[in-house]
Amino acid sequence: MSRIAKRFADLKSAKRAGLVAYFLAGDPDIDTSYQILKGLPAAGADLIELGMPFTDPMADGPSIQLGGQRALKAGITVDATFDMVRRFRKDDDATPILLMGYYNLVYQRGPERFCKEAAAAGVDGFILVDLPPEEADELKPFAVANGLDTVLLTAPTTDDKRLPAVLKYSAGFVYFVSVLGITGTKSSTEEAIRGHVERIKRHTKLPVGVGFGIRTPEQAAAVARHADAAVVGTAIVERVKAGLDDQGKAKPDLVPGVFAYIKALADGVRSVRKA
Amino acid sequence: MATAPNSFRTGPDERGHFGIFGGRYVAETLMPLILELEKAYNEAKADPAFQKELDYLLEHYAGRPSPLYFAKRLTANLGGAKIYLKRDELNHTGSHKINNVLGQVLMAKRMGKTRVIAETGAGQHGVATATACSLFDIPCVVFMGSVDVERQSPNVFRMKMLGAEVRPVTAGSSTLKDAMNEALRDWVATCETTFYCIGTVAGPHPYPAMVRDFQCVIGNETREQMMKAEGRLPDTLVACIGGGSNAMGLFHPFLDDKGVRLIGVEAAGHGIETGQHAASLTGGRPGVLHGNRTYLLQDKEGQIIEAHSISAGLDYPGIGPEHSWLKELGRVEYVSATDNEALEAFALLCKLEGIIPALESSHALAHVMKLAPKLPKDNLLVMNLSGRGDKDVPQVAARMGMKISS
Repeated sequence: MSRIAKRFADLKSAKRAGLVAYFLAGDPDIDTSYQILKGLPAAGADLIELGMPFTDPMADGPSIQLGGQRALKAGITVDATFDMVRRFRKDDDATPILLMGYYNLVYQRGPERFCKEAAAAGVDGFILVDLPPEEADELKPFAVANGLDTVLLTAPTTDDKRLPAVLKYSAGFVYFVSVLGITGTKSSTEEAIRGHVERIKRHTKLPVGVGFGIRTPEQAAAVARHADAAVVGTAIVERVKAGLDDQGKAKPDLVPGVFAYIKALADGVRSVRKA
Repeated sequence: MATAPNSFRTGPDERGHFGIFGGRYVAETLMPLILELEKAYNEAKADPAFQKELDYLLEHYAGRPSPLYFAKRLTANLGGAKIYLKRDELNHTGSHKINNVLGQVLMAKRMGKTRVIAETGAGQHGVATATACSLFDIPCVVFMGSVDVERQSPNVFRMKMLGAEVRPVTAGSSTLKDAMNEALRDWVATCETTFYCIGTVAGPHPYPAMVRDFQCVIGNETREQMMKAEGRLPDTLVACIGGGSNAMGLFHPFLDDKGVRLIGVEAAGHGIETGQHAASLTGGRPGVLHGNRTYLLQDKEGQIIEAHSISAGLDYPGIGPEHSWLKELGRVEYVSATDNEALEAFALLCKLEGIIPALESSHALAHVMKLAPKLPKDNLLVMNLSGRGDKDVPQVAARMGMKISS
């Protein structure tokens, strides 16, 4: 059983939903982002999405764009990202880590080599924003061969006819993008989320995570009432930014500030008792 | 290296691939919309009424066919090939961009979309889109890098006069690539009502094929006009390449005429060796950006490198996927011209022919200046004069240290 499947099975036994925390590798610098990674499970994150910064993040709003630029300026690379995961795995063999980003970084390394190196470092899966099922064949066999889950996105525009094609390539969980739009710009309603999650669950036994637009513990709790996990990204990246001084260097309270925020979100998610 | 097909004109395949290039690398939110567009475009192609309406607009609104003009003094000056200029700069709005935009705005109307967005570099595609949206009374938003807003100010004013909203983009290098990112971000949020009118033969399938089809009017006319003027096909075709739509429109109808030499001219900026250029085929390698796999300027990791060209319309780190395929097949030669060479060509055409070319098209002319003297006098060469240079006058004047008012 993959770490992702195990984690969702454990959450089910604990009768609660999970919190998925996204932040960018290397933001605002490699050392600080490693401290964030290391402390996230204790702060309450059940799964971790480690963003791979890209120069042209077409599906991301301003907060994640700027975070990516900070990380690239700080010298983040794919190797350094793998290295962060390798160090993390020395102390934590249970918390799933997914790499999230854009396909070109995978393609340049070669999908086969990328999957092999990611798995060896302790990565559990991928979320590649610009790799829809139509193009996923070039990655999927190597992901499977290396025990990596490919989490594909579904959107409000993904109708019942199209959903099976997306699910065919999905493993680990299904990521429902709850709004039409880029990251961090608007939020969906609880009612709309409920409808979409129910619809997706009619097609699959995979857990469903919901993201885009979740900023408060209340919103996270609302998602937890219907989905198996709530994904928070932009708001965490904004907490990182809030912890920078005038020169863009991490202030001492940056990391504790991020953890305090994660804890509040986790409390929100954990306040919901599931059947 | 890809193997040569029986015909070079059959691409893309049903999944939108030209060999390994092209495809649909977009967020899931957009996928259903792109499939819907593909279906709608296939229906439109098969609908004679659609083509009839487009043909009418091309003739009576855009002013087609554009002339194929024998440039006598330029030919004499260069002392080699017989040079014809395909005068697409005479189209309404001043460039070839209107050919594609009229087609796409008709598609928007056909699909019931109520808003149109576009990205623009030099502003030619933005002006063309603003024009067509004015004609069809559709609200229009144009994304333009803030650097380009600065260096192509006449076009910004034109778009505003035509009723479009121009949104300056300050992310990244603040040029065409960033304008395209921003247009894609807008589209993800508005795709149910908005039509994204892409200006070149790039982006996710079906855009590269659709834009090419709309631009093929250039090559089809050239073929007919050259038969009329000389009784045979041309020997050499030359066009500038940013994304590559004017070149693809000229080349595509000739791809299977083996005797016709096809040359695309990329922007070499300060020189390929300086690393400051926009020649993705010459200086890049295959990667995935903006919905397609194609040659890109990028570092070892796959991070995109900012392009440089004096010409805002060529200042893009990628290229249409069909060009990448034709490069690998060896059917089209791809060369480059620097900023300075383009400026020399700009001045030469003004002086010899009384035509102010766009800085984009000046790159094609710069290569013609190198090539034509080496060709025999009976070599029929067609250069696509894809745009006029009025928009570039303030920038060129500043570069030459001249004041426009004096």
